[in-house]
Amino acid sequence: MPVKQRLLLAFLLLFAVLPARAQLTIEIVGGGGAALPLAVVPFESEATYPLGITGIVGADLQRSGLVRLVDTAGVNPRPYRAEDVQPAVWRARQADAVVVGSMRPAGDGRVEVRFALVDVVKQTLLTSMTYTVTPQQFRATAHRIADAIYEKLTGDPGIFSTRIAYITKQGPRYQLLVADADGADPQSVVTSNEPLLSPKWSPDGTRIAYVSFESRKPVVYVQSLSSGQRQAVANFRGSNSSPAWSPDSRRLAVTLTKDGGSQVYVMNADGSNVTRVLSSGGIDTEATFTPDGASLLFTSDRGGTPQIYRANLASGAVERITFEGSYNVSPRPFPDGKGLAFVRRDGGRFQIATLDYATKQVQVLTDGPGDESPSIAPNGKLIIYASAAGGRGILAAVSSDGRVKQRLVAPATEVREPAWGPLRRP
Amino acid sequence: MRKILFAVFIAAAMAGCSTTPTTETGAPIDDKSGAAASGATTGSASGDRITGVTTGSGAGSGVPAELRDPNSILSKRSVYFDFDSFVVREEFKPLVEAHAKYLQRNRNAKMTVQGNTDERGSREYNIALGQKRADAVKRMMVLLGATETQVETVSFGKEKPKNAGHDETSWAENRRDDILYAGE
Repeated sequence: MPVKQRLLLAFLLLFAVLPARAQLTIEIVGGGGAALPLAVVPFESEATYPLGITGIVGADLQRSGLVRLVDTAGVNPRPYRAEDVQPAVWRARQADAVVVGSMRPAGDGRVEVRFALVDVVKQTLLTSMTYTVTPQQFRATAHRIADAIYEKLTGDPGIFSTRIAYITKQGPRYQLLVADADGADPQSVVTSNEPLLSPKWSPDGTRIAYVSFESRKPVVYVQSLSSGQRQAVANFRGSNSSPAWSPDSRRLAVTLTKDGGSQVYVMNADGSNVTRVLSSGGIDTEATFTPDGASLLFTSDRGGTPQIYRANLASGAVERITFEGSYNVSPRPFPDGKGLAFVRRDGGRFQIATLDYATKQVQVLTDGPGDESPSIAPNGKLIIYASAAGGRGILAAVSSDGRVKQRLVAPATEVREPAWGPLRRP
Repeated sequence: MRKILFAVFIAAAMAGCSTTPTTETGAPIDDKSGAAASGATTGSASGDRITGVTTGSGAGSGVPAELRDPNSILSKRSVYFDFDSFVVREEFKPLVEAHAKYLQRNRNAKMTVQGNTDERGSREYNIALGQKRADAVKRMMVLLGATETQVETVSFGKEKPKNAGHDETSWAENRRDDILYAGE
């Protein structure tokens, strides 16, 4: 792949020897029956630039399950502006909407990228934008165009400009990597010869918390993505794990065993002001803040088997959330606050499921048998999780309604522990 | 040009040998973003570059021969558990007692009990389960003569399996506490 080759070339220039990065490839494995037929016409002059912007736009939208791409070959003349789109031509190809655009030099080495999204059924212009960017920004611009189209068609924010963090294991070596949501451009955050787990993005997108075993026991670190500066924020006697950020990025919930047994504490993001917030005689762990910051969802065996509970931070009141089955763990709240995704074990199979607070309905989204570590996209529409295929750890994604399924694989590498990053401000 | 040293980790539960620690910060890698849309605010490329870190694990210095004598029960360091259980089985009580008595005789000696689980289930929940197993052995040692401060308990959860297989035999080998003395 071109991106991987470029990255390797850069490393050869900068370093003596480096093993290949775990480049993720995304395969769509199911769903998309109700997809909107969309034609993405190559932009004017696009071929004169090294990166195919419309290829990325189309791949983003198709991967989301929202659209099915319609062939654009053989349409002459090619439309580049909204007013040049002939609805009859595209209706004949079963398209409901068309994306057109152009790229032209804007001086100073920058390029003006324009696009328009046209509804060829209603024959209206849905949206159009112009960006003035450097060639280094082409990939990001393609994702922004896909976001704009997605948002216009669905009303929900697009997640094509987001990033995902994940852990890889190649032989004895572990890495925490951050890549674009489409798997491109993986960058190393941490490399270690001891396990890494539980990467968690700060909601402001500047830091990642994670658990590292480099001291031969689990310790929670917070690391700045831009500087690489990191701090061991929880390194108490015993085990320190399960970091989760408050919505304002200022605090962390963590699981500590320093006072006997795995219990939940909240601390400032720099590790100061450690406060115990829950108390039970057994295991409390996997605490995560609800989007309003007022409560923690967490896993506890206080009722005899691991189940999910919610604790109000102000009042301390705890209520049980899951009631089906004997193993419900790894709570992840949806951004709209209406429910959660979690992991359940059913007949020995570990599966990703969702629970709606209002209806109390549990929907099982995956088959397992070894699905774990769900992470919800910031628009609430996709869930990435860890799975296995061919005896190897992979990542997979499923839409929150279960309709669209994807697999993300990296060659010769175990991949696990995904964490979806926040929406990025332009 | 920077040289990178990669330590190869030797997965021996007892020997616990590790290699020279290496710590290094990866080079900043450009992130291509911050496109300016007309009518919208201009993005900034700063704050998008990622700088990475490489970590290593520490090396040990050695322990008294008594603890390494293959004829002594003190060289036996592993306690195995049933599925979903934290109960120390009868067959391991002599081993736990022997280590407890050693700690009682040697008040300066310290150990860590490392708890492990099989590969099934949530990683974080398994850290907690492994912790429960380590705490069970510690509790027994304290009852039999060790002091609280001589025994630290940590959990590896399912992160460091001794057996990489996916069947009941492999899982049974991984449901395990390992005892390591300070300096190993």
